[in-house]
Amino acid sequence: MADAALPNGATPFTPRPDYWRQWRESSALPGFRLAFGFTLFYVGLIILLPLAALVARPWEHGVSGFFDAITGSRTLAALRLSFFAAAFAALANVVLGVAVAWVLSRYEFPGRSVLDALVDLPFALPTAVAGVALATLYGPNGWIGAPLLSIGVKVAYTPLGVFVALLAVGLPYVVRSVQPVLEDMEAALEEAAQTLGASTWQVATRIVLPALAPALLSGFAMAFARGAGEYGSVIFIAGNMPGVSEIAPLVIVSKLEQYDYSGAAAVGVAMLLISLLALVAINIVQVAYSRRGER
Amino acid sequence: MAAPGMASAAPATTLLNASYDPTREFYKSYNILFAADWKRRTGQDVKINQSHDGSGKQARAVIDGLEADVVTLALAYDVDAIAQRGLIAPSWQSRLPNNSAPYTSTIVFLVRKGNPKGIHDWLDLVKAGVQVITPNPKTSGGARWSYMGALAFATRRNGGNETKALGFVRGLYHNVPVLDTGSRGATTTFVQRGIGDVLVGWENEAMLAIDEVGPGKLEIVRPSMSILAEPSVSLVDKIADKHGSRPLAEAYLRFLYTPAAQDLAARSHYRPRNPAVAARYVEKFPHMDLVTIANFGGWQKVQAKNFADGGTFDQIYRPG
Repeated sequence: MADAALPNGATPFTPRPDYWRQWRESSALPGFRLAFGFTLFYVGLIILLPLAALVARPWEHGVSGFFDAITGSRTLAALRLSFFAAAFAALANVVLGVAVAWVLSRYEFPGRSVLDALVDLPFALPTAVAGVALATLYGPNGWIGAPLLSIGVKVAYTPLGVFVALLAVGLPYVVRSVQPVLEDMEAALEEAAQTLGASTWQVATRIVLPALAPALLSGFAMAFARGAGEYGSVIFIAGNMPGVSEIAPLVIVSKLEQYDYSGAAAVGVAMLLISLLALVAINIVQVAYSRRGER
Repeated sequence: MAAPGMASAAPATTLLNASYDPTREFYKSYNILFAADWKRRTGQDVKINQSHDGSGKQARAVIDGLEADVVTLALAYDVDAIAQRGLIAPSWQSRLPNNSAPYTSTIVFLVRKGNPKGIHDWLDLVKAGVQVITPNPKTSGGARWSYMGALAFATRRNGGNETKALGFVRGLYHNVPVLDTGSRGATTTFVQRGIGDVLVGWENEAMLAIDEVGPGKLEIVRPSMSILAEPSVSLVDKIADKHGSRPLAEAYLRFLYTPAAQDLAARSHYRPRNPAVAARYVEKFPHMDLVTIANFGGWQKVQAKNFADGGTFDQIYRPG
């Protein structure tokens, strides 16, 4: 993400090597030590400690036991499904999310604030409730499921169902990361481009999209990471057929159900690693992109 | 989830019972019944707290530190898991009558009104065009009973030939379009969402479903044979001793075998153990030919062979 806002919008012009001196100067507010200490402590407590406990868990049967646990055909199929469905859903959400964010930030219409609030609802809804609702809607007898079935499209209880659930789960992440950027973006910029003779298409691809790209990437990353680990809303619509529509978190749950703590942790660690790699890759792209913008 | 954590010299007057999902209504009434009886006998007021979730999840919660004085779970395997971690005495199952299962249930079929697909026995479940709803045995205790019911039928029918018996079970699961993670989920899929022709599951859940949707929409079909499902109860020794609640907890579990409690169990759709009570409810619970899990060598063996990774259930879904 971009550097923290600086007083008066000033950018420190000190070159990078002068890191240590920058430590305190970057904020006009006092209390850096306390805040920094608290940040380290809190991140450690809330994020690092549980992750360390997870990573420490799967080695009961050595390294080979770890690999046995994650390379079973059932586990591999589940990992594939979870990550691919999450990636496709996040990708679709990038497109759909921009459209939603665009409408919400650029137009005034009655009910806009209601619509705006609705976008956040998937955050607030218990995931199981969303899952049950989706399964009912897209099931073979559901309002959407039945007509789709009559044209030969089966949604609930197939991998497509997983995709649909992740679509619903991921939308707010994209909308909420794109919307503020769109709202801050001067409409004058687009108008200027138009007066200079740019076509609508050129305005969209040369002016709007480049400005949105970092936000889109982080929206994609959040939707993807959340989708890969999503359990509650998916479990009701997935069908949970081993090797076909079984998601990775369910494999973890079924291992726990056999009191196979180390196997469950192994799959957890595998998911963590895949997510981490994906997020790092996205971050690299993001950094490269913003560097390009600075030049 | 708050556990009564006050260890004191005075005998404990609170208990936490960690149970599984479908017993919610039963234990709510049972706790009132027990508390009244205890008060009559000792003059003491007791408070019983309940915690409900999937059976395996509850066992894990106790293992991980949920301070339940007693557990009342769906199958002995889950109590065994707690015992293996030293919280419950290894001999727990012989401490109370009837394998420490004060009430039982079995696996039956729930079909739609008029039984349109003509489902009368296990064999009808493998027919082409029949959709069977049953949850995933990997995540549901009830589903494990269903699986073993099917296996019991197939084993007897094939004269003990295991390969053929498993072939039958495979055929049955080929007719399952969705594997819910728990019994309640499967019931919802079948009853609320109208998916499938037959629900294979707990007799008590089937009766509860009929209570909920009203008479005339669903019918129970009892197959020619099934499995005796024995939900198991036990004191959690380590925790009861820590709380000083052992006498109370023991009395709480023993009271389950009294006629009054057995009658309540029967009204809550569990098959009572007490013969006199069972005789009163013979119309509600007709006699069935039921085999027990002991026929298969007990839960430890059954679990390792069928439901562990790579077991018979996994083989059903192995491609090719």
